[in-house]
Amino acid sequence: MSEDPLTSSTFAERARVQLAKPFLREAVPRATDIAVRDLRERFAGHDYDGLRELGREIRARTMADLEDALATLTDALVANGIHVHHAADAAAAREHIRRICRESDAARVVKVKSMATEEIALNPALVADGLEVTETDLGEYVVQLDGDRPSHIIAPIIHKTRAEVRETLSRVAGRELPDDASELTDFARERLRDAFMDADVGISGANFGVAETGTIVLVTNEGNGRMCTSMPRIHIALMGIERVIPTLEDLSVMLPLITGAGTGQLITSYVSMLSGPRGEGEPDGPEAMHVVLLDNGRRALLGTEYQEVLHCIRCGACQNVCPVYRQVGGHAYGWVYGGPIGAVLTPLFLGTEAGGELPQASSLCGACDDICPVKIPLHDLLLQLRRTRVDDGAAPWRERLAAELWAWAWSSPRRYRVVTRVGGEVVRVMAAAGLMSSLGPLGRWARGRTLPTPARRPFHSRGERDV
Amino acid sequence: MIGIRRGADTARGGHLPDTVALFPTCLGDLVMPDTVEHAQHALGVCGLDVRPVRGGTCCGQPAFNAGFHPQARRVARVSLRALAQTTGPIVVPAGSCAAMMSRHWVGLFAGDRDAELARQVAGRVVEFSAVLATHLDVLERGHLSWPGTAGYHDSCHMLRELRLSGEPRAVLGCVRDLELVPLASADRCCGFGGTFSVRYPEVSVAMADSKLDDARSRGVDVLISADPGCLMQLGGRAERTGETPRVIHIATLLHEAGLR
Repeated sequence: MSEDPLTSSTFAERARVQLAKPFLREAVPRATDIAVRDLRERFAGHDYDGLRELGREIRARTMADLEDALATLTDALVANGIHVHHAADAAAAREHIRRICRESDAARVVKVKSMATEEIALNPALVADGLEVTETDLGEYVVQLDGDRPSHIIAPIIHKTRAEVRETLSRVAGRELPDDASELTDFARERLRDAFMDADVGISGANFGVAETGTIVLVTNEGNGRMCTSMPRIHIALMGIERVIPTLEDLSVMLPLITGAGTGQLITSYVSMLSGPRGEGEPDGPEAMHVVLLDNGRRALLGTEYQEVLHCIRCGACQNVCPVYRQVGGHAYGWVYGGPIGAVLTPLFLGTEAGGELPQASSLCGACDDICPVKIPLHDLLLQLRRTRVDDGAAPWRERLAAELWAWAWSSPRRYRVVTRVGGEVVRVMAAAGLMSSLGPLGRWARGRTLPTPARRPFHSRGERDV
Repeated sequence: MIGIRRGADTARGGHLPDTVALFPTCLGDLVMPDTVEHAQHALGVCGLDVRPVRGGTCCGQPAFNAGFHPQARRVARVSLRALAQTTGPIVVPAGSCAAMMSRHWVGLFAGDRDAELARQVAGRVVEFSAVLATHLDVLERGHLSWPGTAGYHDSCHMLRELRLSGEPRAVLGCVRDLELVPLASADRCCGFGGTFSVRYPEVSVAMADSKLDDARSRGVDVLISADPGCLMQLGGRAERTGETPRVIHIATLLHEAGLR
């Protein structure tokens, strides 16, 4: 996508495009339901809620002194022979990674799925430098081939049918591939194997960085993470600064939380714990390992009412249960992160100019709060963002006027009775005349739903109960 | 139909009838007054002395959720002061409004001249079906009957802020011939969300359809909820498409089941 969807369209416009895709509204709920069901079934008998509380405590404790945790992590990484780079924003992070590639005479790059690299729009920058970049997570590979964007934090092509994937891979193969999931996967595996063998640099994100041991932790199911971080000469891990956790003992809590909340697994197929480049006499591993620590708006949230959003471990569970996300998918949110966490993160990271609308795009049902593995109060954060938008005068005048008029009418029992009686008659007349669409918000309600006609005898006027 | 009332016990030296205030809420008052009457009657059958609240309007939730706190406070203050004139539990036949009043009023009025009043009133608020659930014996003796298949829809705020899910189902369990089928989507939002429903009508309607489709696939005749907001959303959608199920308040179901 060349233009920025966030600034060139509204959530409503993007949602309309997605709502018109019947497959999306069938596939997204189906896939997300499976993840939630597996979480409930596989963790039955375990004290998952107790684990969530432990996770919340670990995250809160770490954020309370993030700089200290980062200093410990940096020292430990350096002691392990890992090069550490600090990036204040997306441009700085891209620059670090481009420089490392340049200095190591790299021509080919393989990538592990990483939302942080999506966040800094890394791939176009590397391609512009003449590098051949290959995404090696199957979903991300398809996204890359299609020039698309991932629509779910951990299931990037949740919005695509098998037929669409087959079409994409057939184009690459130069022949018609069979409509069979395992044959399609086999084809991708062969292609990706070549990429792994030829790559100079492997780029990953980091699910966690363990401070006490200087270890980058990657959680994957396809094995591509291990290939990308052990076969190429260079491994670069891009890590959001908030992904640090103090100890290995803390990791024993965070691991089942991220795999459980993410895919409903007690543990993923692969958990890689990377604590440095190839040592002397060791047969494999990269010659050099780099960690780029990405701020990009995170430090600015410390000490604010939004600090708890930094607890997020990017598991995607809030997307799985969000009734809005289930209808419109991730692309409607317009940037990297969709669903409830996207509605909170986007305005905080990009500013309210670009992302200010997203907190409105929630029915405030609170399902995200109940599933979040580290108990982020997303519902409260959404409310706070809405309130700040109004307090900052960023709400459109029509909204402010409507709120004022409503408050004026509803704040006196007498005005309330008169206004609703008159208003009720207006609605009845307009509805009978088929003119509901001209009644502003009521008209928008009447698109698709019958507006209940106000009772001729409201409760307050009945019997002796007259207020 | 139910002869035994706590009021009758009084004559035999029993307790004085508990007095409760019934706050209709604006939607109940304006759009579903019959439902509020059904709720009033049901509470009366349970032996409670029900006093409808006079002079209140709305809990302020639409503006609160949209971020307009001063406006929310202006409106909520009218209701708060009206409720402060009452005694006993404040029964609210609307899950979301009950959650707003008991969970958010204290924060909304923090630092305000009515802060203490808000704290007191918030502590008295109780959702309608939760009150009935403490009088199941009365309902059991009531020979209630409603032949048909029903689904129950959890109001989001009633479920997640008040943690009420067993109570309304226990109440429905007192109705004979009513087959309450579990819905996969029972705890999923109906798409109302206050201003959300008019800001994003297409998404909101798609969410309602997803719920209604689930209810239809289970052969449900009636979808029951304890929240007028959800009822307006789901009922309005069902009415527009002309399809089943009927969507009604739990108080109305009890009325139809013969609680009178």
